[in-house]
Amino acid sequence: MYNFALLDENSKREIRRSVLKAIAIPGFQVPFASRELPIFYGWGTGGLQITLSLIGKDEILKVFDQGDDDSVNAVNLKRLIQLTTGVEVTSDTQSATLLQTRHRIPEQTLTSDQVLVLQVPMPEPLRKVESRETETARMHAEKDYGKMFVKLYEDVLHHGEITLSSDYPVLVFDRHLMATTPIPRWDVPKLDQAENLFLFGAGREKKIYAVPPYTDVEPLSLEDYAFRVEDFSNKQCVFCKSTESYLNEIPSPEGAGQIYACSDTDFCQKNRNQ
Amino acid sequence: MGYVGVKGGKDAILNAEELVEYYRCRKGGTPLKVSQIEDQMRLLIDKIISEGSLYSPRVSAIALKQTEGDPMEASYLVRAFRSTVPRTCFSIPVKSEEMFLIRRISSSFQNIPWGQVIGPSRDYAQRLIRFELEDETEFSVDPPKKHDESELDEPVEKVVDYLRKQGLMQNPQKDPEQKPYDITRQPITFPLDRSARLQRLTRGEDGAVLAFGYASLRGWGSVHPTIAEVRVGYLPVKILHPYWKTPVTVGKVMVTEVESICSFSKTTDPTTGEESYMFTLGYGLVFGHNERKAIAMSILDRALCAEHPTSPIEDQEFVLYHIDNMESQGFISHLKLPHYVSFQSALDRIRSIAAKRNETATDASEEKEHV
Repeated sequence: MYNFALLDENSKREIRRSVLKAIAIPGFQVPFASRELPIFYGWGTGGLQITLSLIGKDEILKVFDQGDDDSVNAVNLKRLIQLTTGVEVTSDTQSATLLQTRHRIPEQTLTSDQVLVLQVPMPEPLRKVESRETETARMHAEKDYGKMFVKLYEDVLHHGEITLSSDYPVLVFDRHLMATTPIPRWDVPKLDQAENLFLFGAGREKKIYAVPPYTDVEPLSLEDYAFRVEDFSNKQCVFCKSTESYLNEIPSPEGAGQIYACSDTDFCQKNRNQ
Repeated sequence: MGYVGVKGGKDAILNAEELVEYYRCRKGGTPLKVSQIEDQMRLLIDKIISEGSLYSPRVSAIALKQTEGDPMEASYLVRAFRSTVPRTCFSIPVKSEEMFLIRRISSSFQNIPWGQVIGPSRDYAQRLIRFELEDETEFSVDPPKKHDESELDEPVEKVVDYLRKQGLMQNPQKDPEQKPYDITRQPITFPLDRSARLQRLTRGEDGAVLAFGYASLRGWGSVHPTIAEVRVGYLPVKILHPYWKTPVTVGKVMVTEVESICSFSKTTDPTTGEESYMFTLGYGLVFGHNERKAIAMSILDRALCAEHPTSPIEDQEFVLYHIDNMESQGFISHLKLPHYVSFQSALDRIRSIAAKRNETATDASEEKEHV
């Protein structure tokens, strides 16, 4: 009833062309004619359209959500991709060739033969300071990011700290300001000079962008207020005892205080197996 | 610690799927026939066709049955199905004078050539619940009197053309060379041309189109039209024959078309440079029978022609980015997905700000003590 990887071949080719353009202009949002898929807009359709357009029969696929391979939405996306392609699926970060993620980059460093596809809800980093797309397009064209720096400055003025938490804006290739999907600040340094290709898909907002391998990616900061990642000092995962991974805080089942667990479940499992 | 790193996501969603199916059937009784939905939920089907953007009453009826009558979810299913169907050819433009009318009224003139045809309209219905329908066992209505079909087949002149002939209504400005935009195959970038705007509007969610149109009518915008014409009827679908290159009619679609007369403005003739005052036009066309949506669409079409928007309803991005129910329901629903990671990041920030504030407060009170 349905084509290999669901979409018709012309649609897939059209999306691949947008991906190529995105790679050629790092950090630039390429508008594309996003399709409606059998899952909701806002639930990973941008990432999914990229994955479906790139996937071949020999691909080994990993899909994870907030670091978790078994999260319901990740499972659901995998189910759809498997149903329409029959490709092999894994939770092992190392052996996967094509990885689709919602809001995390794996703790384990990716290599040059891996592609990470990120699902993007809000691709426009300037939306926080400007709601019109015609205006943000102009700002990008002129590299006019003053408003964003004013936002950082006002944050410091009012709160003594930059308030941007996840989805921290970065400057790519010293040219385009880019939204980081929202991955946590913890993952932002992983984008810089990486070996692998990062592709970003925003289905509902109809944009594709990319960070090619070995590209400079610099988080926006002020001279006297440096970018810093989330602070997990003196904390460790209850399962694998790691002190080097992004942790999720969980209200303690006993009712007082909290415990912490790795957000990247594959990383955590491998630590425990060692 | 049972809920840390919960496994079994797959079982959970499979079970949820089964439960949904159970809820659809749990009251027993006879399963609804798809043909019954198609035949008796006519206006609901029309809504799905219009928002799903696929003229298939049968697929829409199955989708409605599958979704227990949720029109938003059903039209999503239809659109997602549409994405998997290759495009084989394009239909050629038809003139709506060719429409086989079942209804046609004008509120601009008391009488119009061919007359006002009230047709199947609930406009003057008493909004009283007909409780006898609860016990209806068979239909009891006589078919309408047969008209002389040849008479109905003749093209019916448009009310706006009557005004055009007198030089009182703007002529559509179009470049005959320009191909219409296709929002399903071309990326959307603003400002969108009118053909693309009309496509976004006609696929828009009934309630959203209505609400935005209503806002304009109330004064959040300047369009308060007089309706030249509301037409409901069947339009032929024609394609060029692949070999003979002649138009061939391959089917028909029911549509609702509205032309609204909007405020007049000074217009300069592009060829002669002559200035004159003319009414402006708002256009609405939707699949199926849905007059309120077509009227609201005609208001929005006009409002979005504004060169210098002064209200949100005249702003293309504001209206056209928020009118599509696939996009709005999807994104609102996504809030139910896990946000543990980004929320953790926000927790880190709020605690860090609080810690810094405490530090400064302690410093200040220590200083006070020293004084």
